Amino acid sequence: MALTGIQIYKLLPQTNCKDCGFPTCLAFAMKLAAKQVELSACPHVSESAKAQLAESAAPPVRLVTVRSDGAEVKVGNEVVLFRHEKTFYNRPGLIVRVGDDLAPSALEAKVAAADAYRVTYVGIDLGIDGFAVESVKGDPAAFAAAVQAVRRHSRKPLVLTAPSASVLGAGLEMLGAGETPLLGVATADNWRDMAGLAQKAKSPLIVRGNTLDELATLTGQIKDMGVEDMVLDPAVRDFAGHLTLSTLIRRLALKKNFRPLGYPLIAFPAAAGDPAVELMLAAQAILKYAGFVVIDHFAPEAVYPLLVLRQNIYTDPQKPIQVQPGLYEINNPKPEDPVLVTTNFSITYFSVANEVEGSGLPAWLVVADAEGMSVLTAWAAGKFDAERIAKDVKRFGVADRVSRRRLVIPGHVAVLSGELEGELPDWEIRVGPREAVDLPRYMREALMN
Amino acid sequence: MPVEILKETWTGAVQIVTLGATPAEGGTRGRTVTVGGERTLPFLHFEAPMPHRPALAVEIKDRRPDDWSPVLLRAWGDVVDDPGAWAQAAAAAGADLILLALSLTDADGRPTTPAAAVAAVRKVLSACSLPLAVFGPGQADADNELLVAVAEATKGERLLLGICEDKNYRTIVATALANGHLVNARTPMDVNLAKQLNILITDMGMPLDRIIMDPTTGAVGYGFEYGYSVMERLRLAALQGDRMTQLPMLVTPGFEAWKTKEAKVGNGVPAAWGDWEARAINWETLTALGLLEAGADILVLRHPESVRRLRLAIEGLMKG
Repeated sequence: MALTGIQIYKLLPQTNCKDCGFPTCLAFAMKLAAKQVELSACPHVSESAKAQLAESAAPPVRLVTVRSDGAEVKVGNEVVLFRHEKTFYNRPGLIVRVGDDLAPSALEAKVAAADAYRVTYVGIDLGIDGFAVESVKGDPAAFAAAVQAVRRHSRKPLVLTAPSASVLGAGLEMLGAGETPLLGVATADNWRDMAGLAQKAKSPLIVRGNTLDELATLTGQIKDMGVEDMVLDPAVRDFAGHLTLSTLIRRLALKKNFRPLGYPLIAFPAAAGDPAVELMLAAQAILKYAGFVVIDHFAPEAVYPLLVLRQNIYTDPQKPIQVQPGLYEINNPKPEDPVLVTTNFSITYFSVANEVEGSGLPAWLVVADAEGMSVLTAWAAGKFDAERIAKDVKRFGVADRVSRRRLVIPGHVAVLSGELEGELPDWEIRVGPREAVDLPRYMREALMN
Repeated sequence: MPVEILKETWTGAVQIVTLGATPAEGGTRGRTVTVGGERTLPFLHFEAPMPHRPALAVEIKDRRPDDWSPVLLRAWGDVVDDPGAWAQAAAAAGADLILLALSLTDADGRPTTPAAAVAAVRKVLSACSLPLAVFGPGQADADNELLVAVAEATKGERLLLGICEDKNYRTIVATALANGHLVNARTPMDVNLAKQLNILITDMGMPLDRIIMDPTTGAVGYGFEYGYSVMERLRLAALQGDRMTQLPMLVTPGFEAWKTKEAKVGNGVPAAWGDWEARAINWETLTALGLLEAGADILVLRHPESVRRLRLAIEGLMKG
């Protein structure tokens, strides 16, 4: 847990020598607490104070990076239990698992399809983050062959898991020198060898414990062997167990600064077997604190909603994704085409723009400055009223671009139509549908006269 | 290394609310559904038992819907032409309760009459013994007109009446009070608006054990995170003792998910969206699962496969 300015002050020399550039040690301590200066600005601080301050400054959930030659997945560094308290920072890596017991052709086909997968959501390109190659056979040669087969089709970061360090090492050797895959799984039985391998490869290590006590003991032992980057597997695969242990681990890390469990989590929803249950467990893992989610069944119709859910949950709640307010042209509108109005919340904008674009019908779209809120939220907050809409219609010079002054407002704000007629006396105000999805039909049926 | 099990202690609890009334209680239902009573965050059984499991409602309409995805219409088949048969099919699919959503117009485009609404409700009540929620078309005037007639015709059934919002709560609450029903208090994704409406409703004399709050939600990809966080904040406030947030929450992931393009449209969408039917069901399932984790007490669903899946999730989450 971060120290307060007063706590930091007690660790400083308290001489007010001003060598740091601040008038007093207390002023410097306050700046340190606010993370606006570095401790190194003080030339007189003692070694023990340095160590204590460094410890307190370390993030409660360690940042762990998994790298391939050219890509990386960073997870951890989280500071809250609920996204509204600040935000969730590092999106969990969505990893697709392949076992070395798969027929080579099936393995390569699965990896090729998953690697190539891309989907666009509100203008953002999304895809999976990497592959987990698992030694199911326990045979070094088979594992090495599987890792090679994956690398033939993908350059994404890898998770390598095997029952023993010797098998794991055989797979690791297939990777280039610059790669630091996530290795595993270290357990109470094999942790020495696993930690030795991870230390040599400078790679992060998955640690599995059957209880939190065992997990905390293992991370302490492994850390003593020089492995700093770990990922926790609390060895629960069911809904309630996963929720409970993930919550406890995150709580201990944040509220008690409990270092032995201050690492990102990995979830294996595929253990459920049923793809429908796997999907729900994966969603729970995304909501509830996982750093890596390893899925078995790769299907676009499942991966797409998972990626979007992850995007939603890791959006900063204080910064709605906004679109630049302005007049947008859809399907090359002519002066006589209708003018639609919506807000500049990105999801609202994309819903409307996608629908109109998809319909093939030309239209002008006024994206009003509603401070990044959706139609109803903005309306409730007084950011999308007749006055604002009228102001933006004038500001964007809409009247100069169109010959027919006909403005369609969202159905949810039908109440604004009267007031808007007052604000824009030369315009015909029409009330459109409530939902963007109904726009094409509305435009075809209600506006074609 | 012994690890401390860090338990939160909360002072507040969610209100317990029972929907439906058996003959002994003045209604005709075969059983009732009770939700609420949580003393900690969802499914954290190590801190406090969750006395009542979240309930699954299936949304049906009074007539064949005009604007539902063909995927949904295929799943239900011919029962969509008869609300009684539809309610029975929903019960067979695993619903804990039925939500009958009245249409704004009849099949010919004429406004739904109070008599027609009452007839549809009666059909459902006689065909299916589960507790029932009845929602109006979502336009305050029409809701008032239809729901008052329904409430009077079903006195004592402890129906859940909606949509009760700031525009029309007076009428809906008054008729619910007079006829022994419950209200579904809906506000647009905002903690303070939710609280305020609950205050207004209780000020009219409605007891807290007859109010469900509906904080509204968005489907995954369409504002889900707003609804999710509002629900988390409402539940945290409830556990901290804020009386006017201590109501069980109902949300409508079915309605939200099935109006998305992902669920509604099968052709002309990116190949990366995958199989239409599977994607649509996944959209509903993941939206509902997320809301369940945020504190939903009643999930209103549309597709029978989503009901099956959410049942599995709830069973898994209730194993403390």
